[in-house]
Amino acid sequence: MSVSVETTVAASGGRGPAPTAHALRPHAETAFAHELAALAAQDDRPRPDRWRLSPWAVATYLLGGTLPDGTVITPKYVGPRRIVEVAVTTLATDRALLLLGVPGTAKTWVSEHLAAAVSGDSTLLVQGTAGTPEEAIRYGWNYAQLLARGPSRDALVPSPVMRAMAEGTTARVEELTRIPADVQDTLITILSEKTLPIPELGQEVQAVRGFNLIATANDRDRGVNDLSSALRRRFNTVVLPLPASVESEVDIVSRRVDQIGRSLDLPPVPDGIDEIRRVVTVFRELRDGITADGRTKVKSPSGTLSTAEAISVVTGGLALSAHFGDGVLRPADVAAGVLGAVVRDPASDRVVWQEYLEAVVRERDGWSDFYRACREVGA
Amino acid sequence: MTEDAAAAGGGGPWLLGVRHHGPGSARAVRAALEAARPRIVLIEGPPEADPLIPLAAETDMRPPVALLAHAVDEPGRSAFWPLAEFSPEWVALRWALEHGVPARFIDLPAAHSLARGSTVPDPADPAAPGDADTGGAAAGGPAGRDAQEQRAPADVRVDPLAVLAGTAGYDDPERWWEDVVEHRGAKGGDAFAPFAALEEAMAMLREAYGGGGQDRDLVREAHMRLQLRAARRETGDDVAVVCGAWHVPALRRKPAVAADRALLKGLPKVRADLTWVPWTHRRLARGGGYGAGIEAPGWYGHLFAAPDRPVERWLTRVAGLLREEDRIVSPAHVIEAVRLADTLAALRGRPLPGLRETTDAARAVMCDGSDVPLALVRDRLVVGEALGEVPRTAPAVPLQRDLDRLQRRLRLRPEAEDRELELDLRKDIDAERSRLLHRLRLLGVDWGEPAASRVGTGTFRETWRLRWEPELAVRVAEAGVWGTTVIAAANGRAEADAAAAQALAEVTALAERCLQAGLTEALSAVMRALADRAALEADVGRLAQALPALVRSLRYGDVRGTDTGALAEVAAGLADRVFVGLPPACAALAPDAADEMRRRLDAVHGAVGLLADVTDVPAGRAAPAARRGDGLRPRWQEVLRVLSARDAVPGQVRGRAVRLLLDDGRMGQDEAARLMGLALSPGTPPQDAAAWIEGFVGGGGGGMLLVHDERLLSLVDGWLTGVPAQAFTDVLPLLRRTFAAYEPGVRRTLGELVRRGPERRPGAGPAARTGLPGFAAGLDDERADAVVPVARLLLGLDGAPDAADGDRDDSDTGLVGVGT
Repeated sequence: MSVSVETTVAASGGRGPAPTAHALRPHAETAFAHELAALAAQDDRPRPDRWRLSPWAVATYLLGGTLPDGTVITPKYVGPRRIVEVAVTTLATDRALLLLGVPGTAKTWVSEHLAAAVSGDSTLLVQGTAGTPEEAIRYGWNYAQLLARGPSRDALVPSPVMRAMAEGTTARVEELTRIPADVQDTLITILSEKTLPIPELGQEVQAVRGFNLIATANDRDRGVNDLSSALRRRFNTVVLPLPASVESEVDIVSRRVDQIGRSLDLPPVPDGIDEIRRVVTVFRELRDGITADGRTKVKSPSGTLSTAEAISVVTGGLALSAHFGDGVLRPADVAAGVLGAVVRDPASDRVVWQEYLEAVVRERDGWSDFYRACREVGA
Repeated sequence: MTEDAAAAGGGGPWLLGVRHHGPGSARAVRAALEAARPRIVLIEGPPEADPLIPLAAETDMRPPVALLAHAVDEPGRSAFWPLAEFSPEWVALRWALEHGVPARFIDLPAAHSLARGSTVPDPADPAAPGDADTGGAAAGGPAGRDAQEQRAPADVRVDPLAVLAGTAGYDDPERWWEDVVEHRGAKGGDAFAPFAALEEAMAMLREAYGGGGQDRDLVREAHMRLQLRAARRETGDDVAVVCGAWHVPALRRKPAVAADRALLKGLPKVRADLTWVPWTHRRLARGGGYGAGIEAPGWYGHLFAAPDRPVERWLTRVAGLLREEDRIVSPAHVIEAVRLADTLAALRGRPLPGLRETTDAARAVMCDGSDVPLALVRDRLVVGEALGEVPRTAPAVPLQRDLDRLQRRLRLRPEAEDRELELDLRKDIDAERSRLLHRLRLLGVDWGEPAASRVGTGTFRETWRLRWEPELAVRVAEAGVWGTTVIAAANGRAEADAAAAQALAEVTALAERCLQAGLTEALSAVMRALADRAALEADVGRLAQALPALVRSLRYGDVRGTDTGALAEVAAGLADRVFVGLPPACAALAPDAADEMRRRLDAVHGAVGLLADVTDVPAGRAAPAARRGDGLRPRWQEVLRVLSARDAVPGQVRGRAVRLLLDDGRMGQDEAARLMGLALSPGTPPQDAAAWIEGFVGGGGGGMLLVHDERLLSLVDGWLTGVPAQAFTDVLPLLRRTFAAYEPGVRRTLGELVRRGPERRPGAGPAARTGLPGFAAGLDDERADAVVPVARLLLGLDGAPDAADGDRDDSDTGLVGVGT
């Protein structure tokens, strides 16, 4: 027998159409409500069951464009079109979607907007941590109710995944690989059988058409719980790439650094862009294993060297120059941070870094200050 | 135009416009030929190849193959018309042969197109001047990708497909073509309909753009028209023409015969020869050069060969390949991938999933989103490994012709019996002979083998053993795929080898062979490969091994007058990597490994010395190389200093580093003595100390060092006498190994010095007459006089040879006596 879960149970989830104007960060479906409404109004393509928009409109919502009536849809994801197309198509074929990528590649951002566009609701979210229990994916109990009246539907506390199944909407799991392996595997039944048994009640919740799941995970992180092959088979995997060009990455880093700097009340530092470009270039070259001009190969260190790390290196450098330096971001301010980010394994990474310094940095015009600063730090 | 287009459906002539290498076009051509049953088939291609057409029917002819045209007097001038199984031209050719219908090529004769190449040499590729014109046009064609666009960006020729695709809202003309033509085969309907529609579109385009700014096309089309007319005179209208879609409207036109003749008048001409050569999918896929520039020959071949459900079959093949590589791919994966590909195609508004959709689906479902296994799929399936074959009866390839020419010019006859050949590389003809033999060896044509020289050694001398075996002719024919001349083929082969090489040592060896063969063109590719391998090589030992070989090649190249700027730069880069990696690599080594490392240190030291010499000289010519080189020696000395001071480094290596610094005059005797004192101080285990001594004074010249610097000797002496009795037996083998290597004279002197005792110091004063020879402040008259008889004898001033003989004998026996 199957039952449905009433939406009223979800009141504690903070969902609902009433947007809170004072929220520090409004949900995607709130912030872009007008775009979603315009898309829905002009979308004449077939929509899968319980989808708010057709797959084409979802792709347009993420990639941006101009609608026939002139409404401009801002691009939510700047990157290969293929990524979004495969992601949307995956959801349309009722396969679960796994977004992989290093920190700073907009995994969460994409998953939130996908959920908002497909189901109009991005809040059915399970945050994966090492301590995520099975209850967070299946269901828990309201123990007061349970003791007072015994097991019943009223005593059941559904998880976001269970609610999504019952309503035919999109659930999200963040940082899937941080969840312990045995808890991860709870998802197998849900994804393959599309059902969630409740043995205590002799009932089950069957997924309604339109249910799907988007998971995100960091594929370069060490010490995480790899997905079992059984679970992996249930997902279509999309790897979100790092920014394609130096310019776009410099842009991302400088914008984020600016925001962080303001929130930390750091004094503005003039002319930091050169140093940012340098940090980004170093990160990209070591990450890609080849210099920007494509002429020299270099070894890659064991660290991730993600955009997020570049941001923290530059922020650290800014703090250093503001508090202890002359207020100008200098090579010496970032050298230590770069070294720390690159050399994760003291033995092998140090050789990689020194080779890079000697073979690439030393030769480069205008980089002699940086070279010297790195030599000083590394000595 | 519409009536004309409709005429394609009715009686002949049937003008079948195709995209070269389009599987959909090929299928449509076959259907159209079956429906039309023409009595003669005309194909776009060089008419000189007509006699070669029957070869296409032979059983050992297997596409991909290419028609190769080359100028008889100049084999380097050549053009290729590659044909794959899925090429419409090939399909038409086979159809004609199977049905006993004559087939003819009707394009402009290769004699003209090759000659045209000579009047307008292509600056981008001097090795194949004709290729850009004929090969590119025939292969890419106006209806396919246009090789000329890439080669000469100045040429603003319209791309007809891009215009059509743009009009239809596609950003990629290839995809448009696939959607509109390739994926819509003639299914049951009118076999001529697609051709009619295409002709109409092309006609519109040509109305709008005229000849597309290509005069050459007009000439070619004039020739085709004339040929078409001739065919129609023979058989009436039962003629089918298979040509690039772009040409169809021009063939439909009927200008005056005289006008066409006038266009063809006075074209330059060369003597051209044609033959079939085997081709590969990889070369079909290669954008530039001789490649036809299609991205996915394997995929096209699959589309052409698959009877039905191409996407399902393709993804099953992908799954099979991944399984072979031990990835877990179940049929469920294939099902999901097909579903994803289908839905993606729908989302992208395509009638059928294409290569992009299947690739995206395979990546997301079967490859966990990773591009790494996908690269394998691309290499093995999308491009594919198909290798063509041609019958043995095909005419000789131009490479053989070029070889004949070279053999005549260099007076080297191919003979069946063994012959030994001595070459003096200082002579021009011998140097050329050597280069030819080296090039042939690179191509796998082992006509000559290097043999040990009998006359003498020296970089300017080479000895070869020559023997021409009949099967070498086959090897030459096989090597024909690499190029039409020996040098071009050798360059091509070396570049391919460099790209395929796995180990660093392979590439260094290849670099050496390139230098020997005088292949400067390939050398840059080899150098790139070398720099890449070196950058990714984690084992410093191997880097250190590669460096001396490379520096040797560098000097060798200098002997031959090759430009070695790039080589020097790579060598300097390699040296940099060795410098960085060596100190960590020297830590905590076993005794055997430490010995090995000490030898490497010596080799690198020598190489750095040579390299610094080379890179410092051409300061004006190769500025970056010179800049890299200028600090080479100081940096190396810095590395040695680090090594000498680091405790974790084994004694041999530390001692050797001190010694090398001392020899270069970069470390004072005092400092060396201090370090030796440290190494030999009582706290050090005797084993370590003995190793240090071996590193420091082992090998050539080490004994003389001890002889000349008594402070060092006394340190060794002091340490040795202080070694505890039980440890002494442990260090004895090491010490014996160290000192037994000295020359007898040195050993004797050392023995004498030790017996005399360490209290005397050099230069203590002229009074000490028994001191070390040559170290007294004043002149030792007695000893100086002893030289006089010998000197007189040598100068022919003395008539008393006996006295001199006796003198020499004395010294000999004296030295030998102590040595044992």
